[in-house]
Amino acid sequence: MKGFVIKEFLHIFRDFRTLLILFGMPIAQVLLFGFAITNEINHASIAVFDKARDSKSLELQQKLTASGYFDINMQLDNTKAIEKAFRSGKVKEVVVIPPQFGKTLDLGQQTTIQLINDASDPNTANLISSYTSAILRDFAADANPQSTLLPVATETTMLYNPELKGVFMFVPGTITVLLMLVSAMMTSISIAREKEMGTMEVLLISPLKPYQIILGKVLPYVVFSFVNASVILLMAYTIFEMPVNGSLMLLLAETLLFILMALAMGLFISTVSNSQQTAMLLSMFALMLPTILLSGFVFPVENMPLALQWLSHIMPSKWFIIIVKSIMLKGLGIAYIWQETLIILAMAVIFILLSIKKFEVRLNLK
Amino acid sequence: MNTEMAISATAISKFYQDKKALDNLSFEIMKGSLFGFIGPDGAGKTSLFRILNSLLIPDEGKANILGFDTVKDYRQIRRIIGYMPGKFSLYQDLTVEENLKFFAGIFNSTISKNYHLIEDIYNHIEPFKNRKAGQLSGGMKQKLALSCALIHKPEVLILDEPTTGVDAVSRGEFWEMLQKLKSQNITILVSTPYMDEASLCDEVALMQEGKIMQRATPEKIIEAFEQTLWSVQSDNMFKLLSHLNDLPEIKLAYRSGDHICFIPEMLTFEEKKLLDHLEKIGHQSLHIRQIEPTIEDSFIFHMQSQN
Repeated sequence: MKGFVIKEFLHIFRDFRTLLILFGMPIAQVLLFGFAITNEINHASIAVFDKARDSKSLELQQKLTASGYFDINMQLDNTKAIEKAFRSGKVKEVVVIPPQFGKTLDLGQQTTIQLINDASDPNTANLISSYTSAILRDFAADANPQSTLLPVATETTMLYNPELKGVFMFVPGTITVLLMLVSAMMTSISIAREKEMGTMEVLLISPLKPYQIILGKVLPYVVFSFVNASVILLMAYTIFEMPVNGSLMLLLAETLLFILMALAMGLFISTVSNSQQTAMLLSMFALMLPTILLSGFVFPVENMPLALQWLSHIMPSKWFIIIVKSIMLKGLGIAYIWQETLIILAMAVIFILLSIKKFEVRLNLK
Repeated sequence: MNTEMAISATAISKFYQDKKALDNLSFEIMKGSLFGFIGPDGAGKTSLFRILNSLLIPDEGKANILGFDTVKDYRQIRRIIGYMPGKFSLYQDLTVEENLKFFAGIFNSTISKNYHLIEDIYNHIEPFKNRKAGQLSGGMKQKLALSCALIHKPEVLILDEPTTGVDAVSRGEFWEMLQKLKSQNITILVSTPYMDEASLCDEVALMQEGKIMQRATPEKIIEAFEQTLWSVQSDNMFKLLSHLNDLPEIKLAYRSGDHICFIPEMLTFEEKKLLDHLEKIGHQSLHIRQIEPTIEDSFIFHMQSQN
């Protein structure tokens, strides 16, 4: 066992390219994904805190929904509920309509509507707030066509990420992608390499038990993945000044859990591929691309067609990104993210069981 | 001599899809013998070895090594055998010493514990112990692989084409080592496509298309070759071969080094008639003589007569 782990470390250290991927990747990825990508919004869910509750405020709400850009998912009735709505993660924006809204408008006076955004995803937050502002201006112009002065002003507050730093969004994403890459791809490739080189034949013929082979393969990559995740977090913290509002221990524990899950996926891939190329392609197309595209890392899940939204639910990365954002930005504890944690845990268990079941003590020649 | 059986196989067959790789093989191999499976590529040697070392399950029949069933008792089998696959299968990015250490480790052994077994072999490669295995020559790679297969002191050694792609000198050294190992009472199974290596085994089995065509000691195989063998040379060897093959009185003709060997249909063969005929169709500087058959000729004859 010990010899096996030493051997794996030697493989990694001897292979310059592997090392480059392992340690060059964090920097490259953080830079790459730093250039955020803008998107359209489509049925973004928002909440309304209507202090006026008159015909004008209802008209305004109808106008927001009629646009097709927004779905009003929640009606709030006190200020505290705003925070709660955001923490639940169900709304992207809260529109606060002031008391006496209709009366003020009728009198031709100026009134202010407050927009509060969840800016942990800054691109979406920006887009949503500017779409809302546009609709509000339109509404105000209709309500008082003669006035040259705009009767409705908007006041926007960005929650959680007041400076709208894209980093805050892509750091969790980068960690996720990287852990996927290092853990899943590297393990699957390294096992496939043993098969391809014929060394697997000798390993199988030895008295080593399957779990010893698997553990020996996996342990070094757990260490490397964890080091990598720490490096990115450190970079995020020092260079981009990203806060860690929640518990660091919890964050690291969740990271370890996700690493375990990714490794299990890598193992599973390696049991179904006989060459390094197959393992690599499978990891790329089955893990990397969905991780980048469907996890909400680059494109907001809310704006995807329904089928893809469903697909995104089975992406472990989606849940991990939620966890990382919740801990780092919102400072939430395990009580708020136990469901996401449980999903990842379940996936890890499933993949481990599958790969142990599929691991063959003999050669599989077709 | 030890008469106990090290390996016995009964009616083993193996299919790959519809193709029959092994066809109803049965044999027994005595403890402490050096047994060779000789046959061309695709004869089924590797499949047979993989069944014996428990890496493959036979579709029909069964085999056991030292009383352990290759399917049921695969764990015990893996403890007592040493296996060297046909493809070089050590870690090319690890050094000679690291490879040996690793393989000793996974068999719960150490280099020093069984050093006496590999000493003669390892001596050749020890000067390069800090070199990466991938940078060794073919012959040295095979010596390292053999050391790694031996480091846990196996009772049965299974070597799949250990000398393929190795130069003649290294091949000779390799076979010398096998002879020495045999004296340590290790049963050795070796496969090879080179027929000249057959005479170095205690006993050989000629394999072709998944069947054992013939099995005997090398001497017996030569004895059993009840044909006369002739050698002929001319100025146009290429045409000579096709001309010989066209003649009805010649059973088989094949090239062997710088001459052509042929086996006539009749034991009472008149070389004068053949020479006259060959001269008539334009061959010059003809030399013909009867030669002693080797084990190789016996195999070629056997393989051809099956087709």
